Amino acid sequence: MKKNAFLAAAVVCALGFAGTLYLAFYRAELDGLLFFNQKIFYYHVANAFMLFAATITCGVYSLLYLRKRQPRHDDIALAAGELAVLFGAVVLITGSIWGKAAWDKWWDWDARLTTSLLLWLTMVGYVLVRQYGGAGSERMAGGLAVFATVNIPLVYFSVSIWRTLHPQTSVVPGLQGGMRAAMWSSVALWGIFYVLLLRLRTDAARAERRLAELRERALDAGLIE
Amino acid sequence: MPVPVVASSRVAGIQTGEVHFLRHVATMAWKDLRVELRSREILFTMSFFAAMVVVLFSFAFLKESDDGEMVAVAEITPGFLWVAVLFSATLGMARAFDRERESDTMRGLLLSPAPRTALFLGKAVGLFVMMAMVEAVVIPLCWFFFAAPLFAEPLPMLALVLLATAGVAVVGSVFAAMLMRTRSREVLLPVVLYPILVPLFIAAIKGTSALLVGEPEQAWFWIRFLLVYDAAFVVAALWTFESLVIE
Repeated sequence: MKKNAFLAAAVVCALGFAGTLYLAFYRAELDGLLFFNQKIFYYHVANAFMLFAATITCGVYSLLYLRKRQPRHDDIALAAGELAVLFGAVVLITGSIWGKAAWDKWWDWDARLTTSLLLWLTMVGYVLVRQYGGAGSERMAGGLAVFATVNIPLVYFSVSIWRTLHPQTSVVPGLQGGMRAAMWSSVALWGIFYVLLLRLRTDAARAERRLAELRERALDAGLIE
Repeated sequence: MPVPVVASSRVAGIQTGEVHFLRHVATMAWKDLRVELRSREILFTMSFFAAMVVVLFSFAFLKESDDGEMVAVAEITPGFLWVAVLFSATLGMARAFDRERESDTMRGLLLSPAPRTALFLGKAVGLFVMMAMVEAVVIPLCWFFFAAPLFAEPLPMLALVLLATAGVAVVGSVFAAMLMRTRSREVLLPVVLYPILVPLFIAAIKGTSALLVGEPEQAWFWIRFLLVYDAAFVVAALWTFESLVIE
């Protein structure tokens, strides 16, 4: 992505987020049961999509890295892994605020909540390994991401049998009118925002890696202590 | 010229078929177990730790029944049992690989003619046997302390225990091997291991409690689930181990 395109996307994102506020609060119909509380839905669900997008990105690029050993794949995996933790935190926080309004409790051990929590914990584990594992941790974290990917269907299956309290909702495809517009524009904007953040973080990761490589070479050459 | 000799014999080791492969696995597992049986270090500390976890849990979760007796409900005993097994297994797997690191024998193992997947499976089998020995202490202990009818349905119980143990041993060996070279591996091992083991943990606990309340069909369902879990992770482990331990 060229620098201009990046800036243009950032501007679209900034204006668009103001636009979704308008769509969500003025154009989308007020929910008959939850009233204004339901507005968090437009952000909660969009962030949940981003959590999955970031996790999948991390898994795919980890796999590529383990196969091909190209450090640039690892940079993307690292960036996506950190973003998954970020989006996951937003999902869990907005989700429990919504849960408090809708079910009158902050947390419920329902299948979806538990699966999201476990997915988030796995990604936190990934970032912890990257942060504190020291040299060689990128390979290890790559292995972890592959295992986590294998694990997702097993977690979902076991947790839904363990806990089948709530019916599986299919709210998102069935939305109408203003709600639909607010929902999908929010998802699209968060998608752009995710790509922008991913790009920025990947660049930072690459810069960090190159700096470390340069330092190593300078050490070898005796230029620095 | 030692290098070509090692390389050619390694190729020969891979190519001579399944029997050789299994022999490598057995050699590796037997090596680990022999080291352990001489010192009994891991086994004793693991068993003691597991017993201690069970005792500590009993302070937290036992409740007094109407006639003043302390009882554990059928839903709780499996939790005592499996948390104790899982925690003690974490100690054991970390230690098993620490040994290789301390004396730098891992390099020797990787240079040996045995295929790496055989090394890995040998490690996993060694861990499996050690965990089974710990379970041979902890399961009777749960039966003894909480009067839980753990032996009422021996066949499904055995299947459940063996499959869950195999799953922990396989996944644990991969992660312990991967972490061997990283800093602060003691704290990172549980951090990365437990989220992956959650489905296994749910299946083991639910299966055991189904047996305790006398619903063997329910237990067989979880046994089949464990079979799928084990198969999935054995494949994932064999597939990734090679690329994860390359020096």
